[in-house]
Amino acid sequence: MYSKGFKPLAAASVVSLATALSLVFFYAPLDADQGFVQKIFYVHVPMAIVALGGFVAGGIFGIRHLRSGDPSWDLRSYVAIHLSIILGVGVLATGAIWAKASWGHWWVWDEPVLVSFLVVFLLYCVYYPLRFSIEDPERQARYSSVFAITAGVFVPLNFAAVRMAESFTHPRVLSQTGGSLPGEMRLTFLVSLLAMALLFVTLWKLELTAKHAAMQLKKLRRRLDARVAA
Amino acid sequence: MIGVTRTILAKDLLLELRTKESVPAMTLFTLTVYVLFHFGLDRDSLDGELAAGVLWVTLLLAAVIGVARLFATEREEGGIDALLLAPVDRTALFLAKASGLFLFLVAVEIVAVPAFDLLLLGPGLGGTMPELLPVLLLGNLGIAAVGALVAALAAETRARELIVPLLLLPLLVPVLIACAQATEPLLRQDQGPEDLGRWLGLLTLYDVVFVLLSVAVFDYLLED
Repeated sequence: MYSKGFKPLAAASVVSLATALSLVFFYAPLDADQGFVQKIFYVHVPMAIVALGGFVAGGIFGIRHLRSGDPSWDLRSYVAIHLSIILGVGVLATGAIWAKASWGHWWVWDEPVLVSFLVVFLLYCVYYPLRFSIEDPERQARYSSVFAITAGVFVPLNFAAVRMAESFTHPRVLSQTGGSLPGEMRLTFLVSLLAMALLFVTLWKLELTAKHAAMQLKKLRRRLDARVAA
Repeated sequence: MIGVTRTILAKDLLLELRTKESVPAMTLFTLTVYVLFHFGLDRDSLDGELAAGVLWVTLLLAAVIGVARLFATEREEGGIDALLLAPVDRTALFLAKASGLFLFLVAVEIVAVPAFDLLLLGPGLGGTMPELLPVLLLGNLGIAAVGALVAALAAETRARELIVPLLLLPLLVPVLIACAQATEPLLRQDQGPEDLGRWLGLLTLYDVVFVLLSVAVFDYLLED
C-alpha cells in the first residue's frame, strides 16, 4: 500500500547520497576561514531543512486526516514527525560540533536558527508522550493530528520570534544558506539537500510499509487466535 | 453562541468563586517562585533584563497550574459528559474556557505584579503602568488561547500532569520573548529607549494566529 515506487526511490537516494558525498570531499573548495570543518555544513543544514520540512509535512498530513478521517493520513503524519525528530537529534549534534570547531563553544545562544530549532525540537519531543498516553486508536489519531497542526503552525512563528530577539543585539552579517555561497559550494549544497530529502522520503516509505505490515500481521494473528479458540 | 459562551464562563467563574481552587493557588505559587528566585539568584532587588525575565517566567509557570486545572472539575465530577452531550458548539466551549483562563490570569496579576514590585523590583513600577498594561493583556490573551487548547489536548491523556507543562511551555516561548523584551526597558533603573511597538506587534500576531488555530481545531477535541 505504501511501498509503491520504493525501489527506484531507494536507488535514487543511494546515487544522490554518493554523489553528494563525493562532491563534498572532492569538488567543493575548502572554506578560507574555517577550513575542513566547514564541510559539516553540507550535512547539518540539509538535515535541518529536511527535518523542518518533515515537521510541516506532518502538520499537512494532520489536516488531511482531520478532513477525511482516514487513519492512513495520521500514520503518514506520525512517521514524518518521528523521522524528523531523529534528524533533529542529528541537527543538534552536528550543530554543536560545528559550533565547537568554529566558535569554541558547544552551544551558542546568539545563533537564532539553532536556538529556534532547539525550541521546536523540545516541543515535538512531547508528541510521543501525548500520542502514546491515549489508548483509543481513533482518538489517538485525532489528538495527534491536532498536535501536528498546532506545532506545524508554531514552527515559523517561533523562528520569527527568536530571530527578532537575537537580531536586535547581534546583526547577522553573513547569511549561511544560498545567497553568499560561491558556485561550487552552492552546487554541492543543493545536491546534498536533494540527497537528504530523498533519503527522508525513502525512510518514510520504508517505515510506513513496516508499520502497515506489522498492523496487518497483528490483525491476522488475532483472527488465527480466534479460530484456534473456536 | 455568545449566550452559550457566557453561560459556560459564568459557570466556571461561579465554580472558582465557590471552590477557590485555581486563582489562590496560582497567586500563592507566584509568591513562592519570587522567594525561590531571591535565594536562587541571591539578589535583593532586580532591574532590567533580569527583572523582566523573573516576572514573566513566574507568570508562565503560574499559568501552567491554571491550565492543568482548566478541565479538572469537569473531569473529576463527570460534568464533561453533560457538557458534551448538550448541543453546545465547541467554539463556544473554547471561547468560554479561554476567557475564563484570561480572567484568572488577570486576577493573579493584580496581586502578583504589585507583589513583584514590593519584593524584588529595584526601580519601582510607578509610572510604567500605561506601557506595562497592554503587554500584560496581550500576553494573557496568548497564554489563554494556547492554554485552553493545551488543556483540551491533555484532558483525555493518561499523563495529563506531564503533558501540560511539557506542551505549554515550548509553545509559549514566543510570548516569553515578546513580553520579556517589551517589559525589560520599563524595569530599567534609567528607563532607556524602548521598542514597544515591535513586541506588541509580535504578540498580536501570535494571539491572532493561535486564537484562529484553536477555534479551527477545537471541534476535533473533546468529541465523544
